[in-house]
Amino acid sequence: MTSTNPILSPAGGADAPSAGLRPSRRSSVRAAQTRRKWYEIVGLTLPAVIVYVMFVLVPMGFAVYYSLFRWRGIGPPTDYVGFDNYVLAFQDPIFLDALRNNAIIVVGSLVVQGPIALAVALLLNRRFRGRAVFRLIVFVPYVLAEVTAGIMWKLLLTDNGTVDALMRSLGLGSLVRAWLADLDIVIWTMLFVLTWKYVGFAIILLLAGLSNVPPELTEAAAIDGASWWQTQRHVMLPLLGPTIRIWMFLSMIGSLQAFEVIWVTSVPAVRSLGASATMATYMVDNGFFARLWGYGNAVAVILFVISFVAALLFQRFLLRRDIDGAVTGRVN
Amino acid sequence: MAAESVPPPAVTRRPLAWSTPLTYALALAVAAVSIAPVIYVIVGGFRTTPQIIADPAGLPDPWVWDNYVRVLTQSDFWKQAFNSAVIALGTTAGVVVLGVCAAFVLARYTFRGREGLYTFFTLGLLFPSGAAILPLYLMLRDLTLINSYYAVILPQIAFSLPLTIVILRPFLSAVPRELEDAAAIDGAGRLGFLWRIMLPLSRPALVTVGVLAFVASWNAFLLPLLVLGDADLHTLPLGVQNFSSQYTSDTAGILAFTSLAMLPALLFFTFAEKQIVGGLQGAVKG
Repeated sequence: MTSTNPILSPAGGADAPSAGLRPSRRSSVRAAQTRRKWYEIVGLTLPAVIVYVMFVLVPMGFAVYYSLFRWRGIGPPTDYVGFDNYVLAFQDPIFLDALRNNAIIVVGSLVVQGPIALAVALLLNRRFRGRAVFRLIVFVPYVLAEVTAGIMWKLLLTDNGTVDALMRSLGLGSLVRAWLADLDIVIWTMLFVLTWKYVGFAIILLLAGLSNVPPELTEAAAIDGASWWQTQRHVMLPLLGPTIRIWMFLSMIGSLQAFEVIWVTSVPAVRSLGASATMATYMVDNGFFARLWGYGNAVAVILFVISFVAALLFQRFLLRRDIDGAVTGRVN
Repeated sequence: MAAESVPPPAVTRRPLAWSTPLTYALALAVAAVSIAPVIYVIVGGFRTTPQIIADPAGLPDPWVWDNYVRVLTQSDFWKQAFNSAVIALGTTAGVVVLGVCAAFVLARYTFRGREGLYTFFTLGLLFPSGAAILPLYLMLRDLTLINSYYAVILPQIAFSLPLTIVILRPFLSAVPRELEDAAAIDGAGRLGFLWRIMLPLSRPALVTVGVLAFVASWNAFLLPLLVLGDADLHTLPLGVQNFSSQYTSDTAGILAFTSLAMLPALLFFTFAEKQIVGGLQGAVKG
């Protein structure tokens, strides 16, 4: 990855002003200043660099190493198996199910959350009394812990639970299903819970993007006789492009990592049959709980590579335009 | 909300007043979907399990306090809340201190390799903690940090640093150069400038990254699940999950425990919502 992330912008640096000293002394003062500058640079960044390298980068390197062994996690790994673990993973139908489920979650999140979030953000960007309260309420699901949200929905969606009762009282009893037990339905139930949980995040981002649109533009559109709807369509939406793409990026990465909600909401038996498993739950089930550490690490590497490649492709083809864009490209 | 008549331009300086009822109707619908399940859980905590089984969608009749009292007095709720608080505060402090130091250098120093260092940190945005969790566990085990607060705090700091630096850097570099020059003339070194001028000026951004780190840590589940095997160190998310799988038949108790566990995050967010949105606004704007 290059430094072409759109939410990052080049920062203006500043050197200490050179003092007006006599030339003979200036160079030694300069040298002392430079040395001091480097002490500060190293001293201030080193703690962050150490923690970051040690806990973010190093583990991923170890994952690659461990993934080449058959290893139960006791003593150092010795049983070198090459790429067997990777081959095994792609031969396991449950893992392939997990891959499919991740694909459903990635695409489903984008397709379902995007339009909802856009509509709600445009709505909440209007001026009306009580808007602040509505904004707060819409963000509530996003702030809840995944576990809390998961357990909540598990209780609501249980057989003959609240959702079923509600549907029956609305005359929709014939549509009631075993939301968490039906192997063909459970992944869609998961998608529903994930949508409920994360659409607020998309709304927050879009509202932030909307508030960056200069009011002059909407006023100009109004003077030109554009209706509210036309203004949204032809002024707001194009200007929101960069924000929408950033959200798509974050949503995609998040969907590939989906773990908590699925872990908590869906029954382990259903998960182990592949109906609701994701790469992450599959990895923890096999690596941590079944103590197949080498295999689990191979899955971790696959998960990482897929996320990394997806992120790079996304950056390359969709986010690059935003760096050149006049609206987001500007430096504060 | 399709077509509507265009009011004359003179009236549209503060537009959008026309459709208030429709706006409210839509906003109410969205709000209901967002919050109804949460309210259901909180209210459900005031019912008894037989009530819930008899009529899952009903209201408490009569209201019982027993579930909440039970959770607060008999369960590990307080111990877990304490663990969550220690870990979240430790994470927040670490993220803010390390993040502001690194972001300050990246924003206010000119040196060879600065952009490289920045890219190096932003690379972390592509290293999701989920994918690294197994090797992270193994490493923490080798460092004998398993079953300690550090096992959660240190990785959480590490994984929050990239976003923190991305948010803080533009804030810190937006402070005008003149202020730095003025501070230098007054005899302040660059560290004095950081301490006396940058930190007070960038307080909103610091609060933003602090809030984000705190909420993320308070809600974290996967990392604590793996590294905190000792029940005495369990955080609230682990506690909620354990309670719900341990007392499956005590639906009312689960509802009460879940409500109490989500209350701190909700309150915290209510107070900090502006900061979160404001901070993200800065990040989106770049």
